Formats: sequence, C-alpha cells, structure tokens
Amino acid sequence: MINLEVPRKFGPLVAQARQVADEVFRPISRKYDREEHARPVELDMLAALIDGMNDGSDMGGAGAAGVRRSANDDGPQGNRNGSNLSTALSIMELCRGDVGLLLSVPRQGLGNSAIASVADDEQLERFAGQWAAMAITEPEAGSDSAAIRTTAVLDGEDYVLNGEKIYVTAGERADLVVVWATLDRSLGRAAIKSFVVERSNPGLKLDRLEHKLGIRASDTAAFRLEDCRVPKEDLLGPPGIEVTNGFAGAMQTFDNTRPLVAAMAVGLTRACLETTRELLADAGVEVDWDVPAARQTAAAADYLAMDADYEAAYLLTLQAAWMADNGKPNSLQASMAKAKAGRTCVDVALRCVALASTLGYGEELLLEKWARDAKILDIFEGTQQIQLLIIARQLLGLSSAQLR
Amino acid sequence: MTAADRSMALGLRALTRIAGSDVVDRLGVRKPAERVLYRATRDGFKVAGRAGRTFAAGSRLGRPARPRPSSAAGTGLFDLTLDDEQQMLVEAWRDFASARLRPAAAAAERGEGAKEIFAEANELGLTMLGVPEELGGAISERSAVTAMLAAETLAHGDAGLAVGALAPAAVATALALWGDADQQARYLPALVSEDVPAAALAIAEPRALFDPRQLETVARPAPGGGYVLSGTKTLVPRAEEAELLIVAARVEGGGPALFLVEPSAGGVHVKADPAMGLRGAALGRLRLEEVTVGANALLGAADPKVYAEAIARSRMAWAAIAAGVGRAVLDYVIPYVNERIAFGEPVSHRQAVAFSVADIAVELEGLRLVTLRAAARADAEAGFAREAALARSLATEKGMQIGSEGVQLLGGAGYIAEHPVERWYRDLRATGLMEGVLVV
Repeated sequence: MINLEVPRKFGPLVAQARQVADEVFRPISRKYDREEHARPVELDMLAALIDGMNDGSDMGGAGAAGVRRSANDDGPQGNRNGSNLSTALSIMELCRGDVGLLLSVPRQGLGNSAIASVADDEQLERFAGQWAAMAITEPEAGSDSAAIRTTAVLDGEDYVLNGEKIYVTAGERADLVVVWATLDRSLGRAAIKSFVVERSNPGLKLDRLEHKLGIRASDTAAFRLEDCRVPKEDLLGPPGIEVTNGFAGAMQTFDNTRPLVAAMAVGLTRACLETTRELLADAGVEVDWDVPAARQTAAAADYLAMDADYEAAYLLTLQAAWMADNGKPNSLQASMAKAKAGRTCVDVALRCVALASTLGYGEELLLEKWARDAKILDIFEGTQQIQLLIIARQLLGLSSAQLR
Repeated sequence: MTAADRSMALGLRALTRIAGSDVVDRLGVRKPAERVLYRATRDGFKVAGRAGRTFAAGSRLGRPARPRPSSAAGTGLFDLTLDDEQQMLVEAWRDFASARLRPAAAAAERGEGAKEIFAEANELGLTMLGVPEELGGAISERSAVTAMLAAETLAHGDAGLAVGALAPAAVATALALWGDADQQARYLPALVSEDVPAAALAIAEPRALFDPRQLETVARPAPGGGYVLSGTKTLVPRAEEAELLIVAARVEGGGPALFLVEPSAGGVHVKADPAMGLRGAALGRLRLEEVTVGANALLGAADPKVYAEAIARSRMAWAAIAAGVGRAVLDYVIPYVNERIAFGEPVSHRQAVAFSVADIAVELEGLRLVTLRAAARADAEAGFAREAALARSLATEKGMQIGSEGVQLLGGAGYIAEHPVERWYRDLRATGLMEGVLVV
C-alpha cells in the first residue's frame, strides 16, 4: 500500500543524522571552506559513530557500505525498507549540514561503496574498516570512462599499474584508492577493471591537491601511478575480459551510488530552502500553501516553485533507493533521481542566494557556500548530460552507438 | 478485522460493479457494427432514464458515515506498491481509457459521443470510490490514492472525457467526506446507483488571478433560514445536463463555503463555456440569480477547514490528470521520434531530441510521486496542504512544459490535429489553473 513517508523504524537514525548536521557539521562548515586542504579532525570521532550506525543492522545502514545488495535482498519477501533507503535518508540529513564534510568522513568514500558493491566476501573482510577513495577520471577521460588509459599488466602475482588519475575525492586522506585501469586498451570497456591500491603503495604518487569552487573541506587529489604493483587478489570482480558485459560490473557501482549522490543534492537543497524560508519570514514574507502562487509575492511564489522541485527530487531519490532495497532494477530511476536532484540543487541554491540578495552573497551566511558546493553534485557520479543519456537510451531503446 | 482484510474491502465493490458491466465485455469487441448497435440501444434508454429525476430523502443513518483513515501508514514502511485491488482497478480503467476514451477523444471535442462515454463510465463505479459501504459505496477506508489513480489512468485516454466522467464522483466524494446524514441520504443513493446523475463541483469564477478563497459568488442568509445564492461559475463540466451542483460561495459576513444546489429549483442559468482544452468535458458557465436553497444545503457547516481541504483535494486531482496526460505525451513521442527519419537517421539519435524525451520522463515521474505522496497523506489523515500545493505547482509548470515539448518533438506534425499532442498541449494548460471540479 502506498506510503511515501520516512519509515518509522528509521526515525531515530534520521534524527541522529540531523543532530550530526546541526551540531558537528554546521559549526565547522565555514572553517574548512576557508582552510582548504586542512583535514577536519573533528570528523574522526564522528566516523566511529557512523560505523556504529551501520552495525545496527535492523535500523538500517547510514554509510557508504549501505549500497551492498546481499543475496537475501532478492525474492518476493514483501516490501523491504533496507540500507539503501536508510543510507539515502541519513545522507540527506548530513548534507543538509555540509556536503564537503560528509565526503570527508573517514571510511565513507565512494571507494567504500565500490568495494561494497562488487567485492567478494573475502575482499570485503580484508578491506573492512578502511577508508577507500575512487580513482576513475583521467585528464583525457572524464564521463567517457571507457577511454581511460591507465594500464594494468599482470606480472607474476602482481598487476603493474601505470597512468594518471585526477579528481580523486578524499584521495589524500583515504587508506585505499580504488583505481580503474585497462588490461588491454584495444578491447575497450570490457577490459576495464578496478584495483584496490593501498594509499601507502610507493607506486601511487600524490601529484597535487586541487583548489575548487566548492566542497573545499573535501580533498581532491591527482595521482600518478608509476609501476605501481598491486597483488592480483586486490582486483575487484572477475579477472577475465568478458567482451559482452565486463564493463557492466564496474558500472554497477554507479547504479548503487547514484541515488546516494542524489541524496546529497536533496540534503543541500533542503538546507538552502530552510534558511531562505527563515530569511523571508524575517523580511515579512510568509509562504502560504493555500493561496495560488500568482496571488503571493514573487519571493513566495519562487519559494513554492523551488519547494516543488525539491519534493520531486526527494521522492525520486527515495524511489530509487527503495527499488534497490527491493531488488528491483533501478538504473532508470537512479538516473532520474540524480538528474533531477542535481539540477534542482544548483538551481535552488543559486536562486536562494538571489532571494537573500546581499545577505545571500556574503560569507556571513552559508548560502553562498552551498551555491558553490551545489555545482559538483550535478557533475560527479555522472553529469546531468550523462544521466539524460542513460534515461533517454533506456526509454527509447537505443544503444550507446545509436544515441551518442 | 485485520488491516489486510480492511484493505481487501477497498475497491472490491467497485470491481464487482465493473465485472457485472457489459462495458468490460465490449472492450474486447472490436467489430464496429456491434459497438454501433450497442450505442443505439443505449441512447434511447438514457434519455428516458434521465427525465424528471427528483432527489428524495432515502433512509437516513443515525449519523453520517465517513471513510476511515487509511491503514497503509500503519506498517510504518515506505511503499510504492499498489495493493491488489488498486492494481485490478487500474487495469480495468486502463483498458477503458485506451479502448473507449482515446478513440472517442477527437469527436468528443466537437461535442459528439461524450454522453455515451459518460454513461459507459458510470458502469465503472467511479462514484463509489469515495463513498463508504454503508452508503452504497465501495470503500471502508479513505481512498484519495485510488481516486488519484483513477484520474491519472483515465486521463491517459482523454483528459476532457475523464474530467466529465469523474465530475459526479467528486460530488459523491464530497458528500461522503463532509455531508451530514440527511445530505448523504438524499443524494448518495442516486450517485452510487447505475443511473448516475451528472453532477459537478463548481468553484472557479471567470476572472484573472482567481483565488478560490476570494469568491464573488455570494450566499446571503434568507429571512426564513436558508440562503440566497448569486454569482457566476465558470468551466463547470457537463453543466448543461447537471442535476446536482456543489457551488462555492462566500457567506455574507463570513468566509467561503460549499452549497448543494439542485438546478431544477430555478434561478440557475447555464450556457456553454468552451475553452482552450478539456472540450470533451462539455464545459459550461453557470449564472446563479437569486437561487434560494434551504439551510440544509450548506455542506460541511461552513467550516473553513472543510473548504481548504476541498481546494487541496481538487488540486491533487488536477495534478493526477496532468500526470495521466503527461504519460500519454511520453508514450506517444517515444515511438514517433524513433520512427521519424531526418538527415538519414531517426531523430531520436540526436541528443537535443533524446534529452527532451528524458526531461519529460524525469519531470513526469516527479510530478506523479509528489501527487501520490499528497494523496497518501490525505488518506492517513496527515496534513497535506503543502504537498497538494507542490503537486499543483508541478502540474502547472511541468505539465505545461511536457505539453509544449510533446508538440515540439513532432515538429509541424505536432501542430496538426491528426496527432493528439496538440490536444494534450491544450489540456495540460488547464491542470495548473483549474479549481474544484474534481476531488480525490
């Protein structure tokens, strides 16, 4: 039966995440926005708390590992509200606090989600408790991840990796980096594999940390891999090159993480709307749900329209996560959620700055920072345009060769 | 009775009605001759049945019967699954929409065949969906979600015909939600019968920036009790054949309220009020000139909460119509852009075209989910003013955008009435400005 409210059993989790956002993230938001590249040490203690939230399995997970689809998730067991949904909900709350800080919480990296999605049980145990970043992008390969040039060559018991990786979120601070590399460039995407590389591996050389528009609390690293030797048991997924669907395994991570990035965008949007509503009230503008928008002030009408886009993004995100919990294929819905949430958060954040006018633009409030943070959410984990491609190909039944 | 048992009750009676109706059998019949034969018989019968109905006070319950709050929220779990009855109902409505409404839509715009369609739609038991079993309806629990699904699914066939078919259901639902025992006893038996009277909820008035809380139609208290209503109502579906109206009027010295009006009582003037779209609904304008009604015509005791709820429920219903028409657009443009060749390949191979299709899908899905949440909250008796307002906002903005993109994707062909997208363009402009008419 239709019910689109936050599941009652996740109430405590959501409340806890909200508290973290208000009490831990918000007070240090501006500090780490200014001190780009400084490690937010306040988060170390928090990481233990979030680990604890994950262990309370009945309550649902709250972190990056929540995306793992275990075997017993499948089959007709009735309606299931599991860790995909609880993780999405808690990420929304945490990103209502600060997106950059969420990305800096130890052991909650996208690499952790990748490991959770595709590692076998032995690997899962071996990498447990470690913080894993994700290294896919290269100077000549962004959205087109099939074009990556980093190579992996089997040499005895090791793969030897060579290449260059950029835009590695938490790359400096993480314990592990999940690196995408190709076994044979001539075989295209089927030959692309992901490898878990210890951050301490001498072949993984940190080049620089980027200076960014936003999410400055989160470090973004560039690496060179120079004869970087990785034990062959640290390859994630099957080692063989399957020409038919080898790439699908690697891409599976994205089906699972897209709703979570959408959740980040939803959380940031919520923060903007909450703050703006307070500012509007201070300025004497109340939003009235019963009155037609055209009969209200332009500011209130603007707010109503933004709230509507927020609500759509919020529910699309919950839908995608709920489908994942229930073992339903959700690639289409995950991309819809990411597309809608990504563009909504940028649009809302920028409009909220404008509504708050001079106050919105200044550093005294966080609105201007959120407007800078927002933009990455419509870019990483698949840009707006990539999401639209995925959606359109599915709806139109077109291949990537037909609809490029 | 367990929650599951109760949920089983929902819709079963409506399903029974559908199963017993020959509409369903006929949906399978593709031979035009048989359909024509059926229609001829039906016409003769309907005119006879329509003449001279009077609403008489039937047997009255001790107190009004109301649907209970939904038990869906009782599980405390997020759930996007329709229950079995809803699924069966949606399938039946979908068949009806595709086999009857869609093929009849173009002619209905010219005023042809709509009455027959409405008569057939009555056999689907739509008026029972908001009425408790004690009053001859189909439900025990509140069913805004089910009503929303009905509006969405029927609008996929044709919005105008769906609105006309659902108009009496809105009146029945309003009586179930807010009528007193006498009002329910007087009107509901006819509304849930097999010969459903045309009925409509008239709120909108003809002026720019219309706000349903600022009405010019006025209800003046009459000296001997009761009220005298004066004013103009616009875009009322099936106004010319309506046998029962719920009219919104500002009580002199008070706020807006809803009144039950039988047009036969005199003083109600009707004329056609054709608009940009929704033409299948046979929209009309009502002029009320000193229409005298009894004190018992006041619905919901002039409670401002009742009026606000009526407005919010109506906005949800219009959002559902937008979702249904939007889906029709998406379903239509997908094969079109795949088959239309330009510059040597299907136009769908171009991102400018494909992204437009993707945008329709994204906004449509968002609109649908937001409406669904608003309806589910109404059923659970949680507050839903905000959610209904957001559904309306999306129906206004995205509905319009989807209608426009639908025409654009077909190019010149989209502008020609040979394709239905131009009709959907017109219909989708209505869903963000209409007030009243429908209720979930």
